[in-house]
Amino acid sequence: MDFSNFLWMRDELSLLAVILVLFLYDTFATEKSRRAFSWVACLLLAVQTAFLFVNPATGEAFGGMYQTSPVINIVKIVLNIGTLLVLIQANVWAKSPDMQVRRGEFYVLTLMTLLGMYLMISSGNFLLFFIGLEMASLPLTALVAIEKYHQLSYEAAAKYVFVALFSSSLMLLGISFVYGAVGTLYFEDIAASLVGTPLLYVGLVLFLAGMGFKISIVPFHLWTADVYQGAPTSITAYLSVISKGAAAFALMVVLFKVFSSVAAVWQPVLWGLIVITITIGNLFAVRQKNLKRFMAFSSISQAGYILLGVIAGSAVGMTSLIYYVLVYVFSNLAVFGVISVIENATGKVDMDDYNGLYRTNPKLSVALMLALFSLAGIPPFAGFFSKFFIFYAAVEEGFYVLVFIALLNTIISLYYYLLVVKAMFIRQDDCVIPTIQSDGASKLSISLCVLGVLLVGLISGIYSSIVPLSFGM
Amino acid sequence: MNFLSLFVLIPLLMMAGLALSRNMKQIRTVAVIGSSLQLVFAFIVLFMFLGERAAGNTAEMLFVADTVWYAPLGIHYTVGVDGVSVAMLLLSAIVVFAGVFASWKIDPLPKEFFLWLILLSIGVFGFFISINLFTMFMYYEIALIPMYLLIGVWGSGNKTYSAMKLTLMLMGGSALLLIGILGIYFHSSADGNLTMNILEIAKNNAIPHEMQYYLFPLTFVGFGVLGAMFPFHTWSPDGHASAPTAVSMLHAGVLMKLGGYGCFRVAMYLMPWATTELSWIFLILTGISVVYGAFSACVQTDLKYINAYSSVSHCGLVLFALLMWNTTAMTGAVLQMLSHGLMTALFFALIGMIYGRTHTRDIREMGGLMKIMPFLSVAYVIAGLASLGLPGLSGFVAEMTVFVGSFQWDDTFRRVFTIVACTSIVITAVYILRVVGKLLYGKVQNEHHRELTDAAWFERLSAITLIVGVAAIGMAPGWISNLISDSMSVISERILQYI
Repeated sequence: MDFSNFLWMRDELSLLAVILVLFLYDTFATEKSRRAFSWVACLLLAVQTAFLFVNPATGEAFGGMYQTSPVINIVKIVLNIGTLLVLIQANVWAKSPDMQVRRGEFYVLTLMTLLGMYLMISSGNFLLFFIGLEMASLPLTALVAIEKYHQLSYEAAAKYVFVALFSSSLMLLGISFVYGAVGTLYFEDIAASLVGTPLLYVGLVLFLAGMGFKISIVPFHLWTADVYQGAPTSITAYLSVISKGAAAFALMVVLFKVFSSVAAVWQPVLWGLIVITITIGNLFAVRQKNLKRFMAFSSISQAGYILLGVIAGSAVGMTSLIYYVLVYVFSNLAVFGVISVIENATGKVDMDDYNGLYRTNPKLSVALMLALFSLAGIPPFAGFFSKFFIFYAAVEEGFYVLVFIALLNTIISLYYYLLVVKAMFIRQDDCVIPTIQSDGASKLSISLCVLGVLLVGLISGIYSSIVPLSFGM
Repeated sequence: MNFLSLFVLIPLLMMAGLALSRNMKQIRTVAVIGSSLQLVFAFIVLFMFLGERAAGNTAEMLFVADTVWYAPLGIHYTVGVDGVSVAMLLLSAIVVFAGVFASWKIDPLPKEFFLWLILLSIGVFGFFISINLFTMFMYYEIALIPMYLLIGVWGSGNKTYSAMKLTLMLMGGSALLLIGILGIYFHSSADGNLTMNILEIAKNNAIPHEMQYYLFPLTFVGFGVLGAMFPFHTWSPDGHASAPTAVSMLHAGVLMKLGGYGCFRVAMYLMPWATTELSWIFLILTGISVVYGAFSACVQTDLKYINAYSSVSHCGLVLFALLMWNTTAMTGAVLQMLSHGLMTALFFALIGMIYGRTHTRDIREMGGLMKIMPFLSVAYVIAGLASLGLPGLSGFVAEMTVFVGSFQWDDTFRRVFTIVACTSIVITAVYILRVVGKLLYGKVQNEHHRELTDAAWFERLSAITLIVGVAAIGMAPGWISNLISDSMSVISERILQYI
């Protein structure tokens, strides 16, 4: 066997090394030396992220089973940045008495799912794709249930595992239909011998449905709100950003690489899915009082915007999607950072609890406001640019009506994001949340996110450097 | 980046200064220094522009500078000014300057108030110096969002409702605009060199007619929402009535002009064919705005509502005049923008000052204020006279030019609409004189009002600045009208080719 194949997988191997080190550290270190565990985990991941920047290459291993390219590398970097921010944010929560004994598991499992996503987006074969997907979702079930004595967390985990298994089996069925129609599982071979037969279409639809569960596209979104509400806030943040971003990119790669010749079939389907995803997500978000449920529906509608990059099917579309995910990482994690600081200090997660927050916690309120403005697409924050570019990509391919519907939806989304701003800045309340002295880790993570929200849009180099690496159908 | 970007840079520095200031005195110092600098700079740009023109530089836009921003998407940061933008920049600088003094004693959270107000002004200044569709749109949206918090936190009355309504309706306008802009961009050139630069799009003139049919209404309505075009004007009365003084001034005085400015700079200039084809629909709508706004103002009893509806009527006239295409009417439209900007800012400033003393804006509860606060009352009368078009003040110059221009057409449709719009002058006189008579003359309604004081120095400064502007346009309209018609004739001739 030619072991040089493994050299192509240096991203995965380096992450695996980090996981192993952390696992051994957690298992064998003394109680006292484990105190720095969280920071060591963050540091190792940061080093690994820096390693990803080094000399990305294009190549494939194991006969095309595994593929890598600079653009895939960039997606991995984006996922890493998000994970790193989540880990920093989770610092306080992971130190809490309840979590003390399970802290190591939290970090190891989180990085395991990240490894699964790496494999998923690097795969050149449906089998590896499926393994990566499973590796990304099964540890997540454990993570959702990690506060196992909380009933909501427990319930959320049960829902999540059922949905995850159901969607996996749908996808597996879809993949086997595709195999039945074409006779191979390699992406390139399928693309080469693709014929539009009914069997293939059924396979494609089942595959789309399976991915729909992962990205939480309407009508496969019903688990989202409950799981987001029940899971610990850091896990929710991870689910809403990293897991979704990776799945969206993987979907795009498969649709571009494998199914590009039947684009006429899946584009109308995706068109409809985007419209209902954005609309339903927005309409339900309006009614939410619990901020975690609120963010769940907001993230559903954001998934719809992300898919606009997929339907465009061009290199600009791919770049805009990656860029959108990057901006979404910063904005959404800033929101979850503030939510988790307040939840950890007071246990409050309802919108009404935030009334008058600006008077007592001006910095947290401003951070949350900027992040929400970015999510709503208000300039000069990064969200404006990412929304503009993703609309640009869709309009370039002639999807005027679709973009128009998406734009009308931004008005609804602005409405509910402003509800939170209104609670913090305009409303007054007798029992305001007292001034919170937030810890260093949360401060660091929220400041990094806000910095991202402010700068990523204005600095054009980030977008421009992804463009030449991307590819279209 | 060239010196025009200072219009954005000065407010940015102001915001940094504000963020660092610790007490009211420092906040005021920063705000006054910043807005004065801005005003001086606006005058410098005006004189530089006049100097260049006098030296024979006949380029359409002067001081053009282009910086590549997002190269793969054809997005540049392009600035440049013509006569109209110079005039609008001057107007904005004057209103911001007056607005700072009008909110001298803002409470609570003065620092935050000025931060948001200055952010709003960044949007306005940036919009007027941009000649690139992307940056124009970006600055337009920057100007929208501070309104929500400015009205929501510092407003009065039904403020959360008004703030939300205003923000969402204007956001709706910008949604139409965004798709319009993208549509224009992707058809901006026949040979594949797509551009967002307005001058180049106009030069290429490559937008197919069937696309103009969709894109013109999208962009015109998109900007028209901000210009309070009927039936998309409903945000305006509520928004202006609830907003704090300086915000009403800036919003009615300058921000609504963004709408009119965008209408001719983007919709009409870039799509002249569709302008000639579709103008009649919008002419009807704006005609309704003019008359309907004036009639609504007649029956209001809240001072701010009266003025807000009057703004609907006057801003309707701006769009109405633009849709008449000939140079005279379009020059009148810009004159009306300037005149209305100064006059309505003066109105809102005075209303704010009166309300700060009497704590009511209902004209039925006030009377005889002339004896109690003579300065404010005289200023109010001057604003009123400018509004109803008394010769010697700015309103006369503007409306005269508009109606002369409109009546130059000899077809029945336009003539009838011109006559209908003309009636608004009479109706304006009715509601202005009604307010002046009720509010300033007659018996003192409330004995407590006798103890009230007249304007303080900062209030006088704010009002006098605006009155000087109103009188300057009214008494010496020649130079500014030449400045405008010089640039407007380019747009006008471009449209007239197509009939």
